[in-house]
Amino acid sequence: MTATATRAGLTLSGVTLRYGAGDTLVTALDGVDLTVGPGEVVAVAGPSGSGKSSLLAVAGALIAPTEGTVAVGGADVTAATPARRTALRRAGIGYVFQSANLLPSLTARDQLLLIAHLAGRVTREDRDRADGLLDAVGMTAKASRRPHELSGGERQRVGIARALMNRPALLLADEPTAALDQHRARDVVALLAGQARDRGTATVLVTHDEGLLGAADRVVRIRDGRMN
Amino acid sequence: MFLALRDLRFARGRFLLMGTVIALISVLAAVLTGLSSGLARDGVSALRALPVTHFAFQRGVEGDLYSRSTVPADDAAAWAKRSGVRRAAAYGNQLAHAKVARTGQDLDIAVFGMDPGSFIAPRPATGRPLGAVPDGVLISSRLADDGVKVGDTLRIERSGAALPVIGTVGDQSFTHVAVVYAPLRTWQRVHYGLPGTPPEQAYHQATAIALDAAPSVTRAGDAQVVTKEKSYSASPGFAAETATMTLIKVFLYLISMLVVAAFFVVWTVQRKGEIALVRALGGFARYLARDAVAQVLAVLVPATAAGTAAGIGITAALHAASRTVPVALEAAPLATAAALLIVLGVLGAVVTLRRVTSVDPLAALGGSR
Repeated sequence: MTATATRAGLTLSGVTLRYGAGDTLVTALDGVDLTVGPGEVVAVAGPSGSGKSSLLAVAGALIAPTEGTVAVGGADVTAATPARRTALRRAGIGYVFQSANLLPSLTARDQLLLIAHLAGRVTREDRDRADGLLDAVGMTAKASRRPHELSGGERQRVGIARALMNRPALLLADEPTAALDQHRARDVVALLAGQARDRGTATVLVTHDEGLLGAADRVVRIRDGRMN
Repeated sequence: MFLALRDLRFARGRFLLMGTVIALISVLAAVLTGLSSGLARDGVSALRALPVTHFAFQRGVEGDLYSRSTVPADDAAAWAKRSGVRRAAAYGNQLAHAKVARTGQDLDIAVFGMDPGSFIAPRPATGRPLGAVPDGVLISSRLADDGVKVGDTLRIERSGAALPVIGTVGDQSFTHVAVVYAPLRTWQRVHYGLPGTPPEQAYHQATAIALDAAPSVTRAGDAQVVTKEKSYSASPGFAAETATMTLIKVFLYLISMLVVAAFFVVWTVQRKGEIALVRALGGFARYLARDAVAQVLAVLVPATAAGTAAGIGITAALHAASRTVPVALEAAPLATAAALLIVLGVLGAVVTLRRVTSVDPLAALGGSR
């Protein structure tokens, strides 16, 4: 909240998202305003179906809002073309998914290097950065393991390291602890929040687990697409 | 190639199976190509060997021109003077049965007749040239392999004509039988076909006038001019054999294309979640498409190469085991077959690309809630 709007990791103003038409019209988000500053960790809590994932989809440049504006890292993405969105996701946004969502054929290290590869050639610097991130999440010893050889918590650690690989202005975490037990869930969220603060990355953590909200700097609640 | 290669390594069992199928199809394609080259060679190699561009056949005759056409042999002189014609010579073609006088061996032969001094007269590989001995003939090396020797006499059945063998040429055949090259006058006697002395008019006949001419030569007067290549299908069985082989090969290519397409459809559907993830991480559809094509090539090229090599080996072994199996290894048709398998495979995979590029990155979030 200390950051100005232009430097903000994420700014949503008056964002409304509707699906369908006529009788099947669904309002997933209804006039949402949210600003997340660099290094700030905001938890978004709410029951399932409240619009949490829609919020992530809009903030993550996966879909365009019906109304309102979205800016990531100071760049307005509201009316961006699909190709521009793809480029923006690659350059400015990091995702941590439910149950990690790693690619089964890649080792932990390659999960990170893929991000560099999507942006072009993999350089020496990219390799160093990948190793540094794996070290930061405590996965150096298992860098050459594939997902099926890792535990749920370890997978999510790799997922966090991957999300930070492209030096994102915005980190989005979608129920990152859904597949973990309480103890591991706390560790993972602490790691996520700690990394985000250290690196000055604006972070949105979506969760329905009230026990994890303490790790956030700020908690916003969402219900029926409205924020309060 | 980053993801494509790692996927290949990770799912090597499945890709190996797929590669094996492609390799087996390539084996079949190579063997069929060898067989089809061999059949064509057996059918028309003696025609191919003639330094001729066109044949002027009798006008109005259709189908099996080589046995039905008869033209005046003397027309050759007039043809040689036409513009666009460099050389012309009377040419005779007659299938016959013969017996080797020394051994009593029965032979099916095709007798080619030509004036010894004409441009279509073959140069002997061994022995003496046409015209050195009256009625002396040159034989295809295939007959020499079957035990016929220079110095033997071939006795043509029914007419009783005796043809002394004076030399050999390469392995030349026409409609799957060995060719015997005879002086035109000798050929005319064989063509007449009856015992005794042929009437004078028999000595003025030929099957066609062989031409070495510019492509513009079409038809003139009483003749129909056919290019040598087109005339192949006028030789008995050639068109049917070629069409059969082509049909088999077309089906083989279609099958290989569908196999590749089916494999990649299943493979892509299985990985839909992963593709959505890469899209969400900022991977362009183009990146994924390129990756997919690279993956197809990484399977197709080695599999096709290995299969074609094995097919060539099998074909060569067949040829070595039995000279009667009509197979031939020709580089161009084999390369074409392999290239076709690869190109069609890539096409089959490209058809499935739409499934890759149309995946919604939103699916990575686990549904659009």
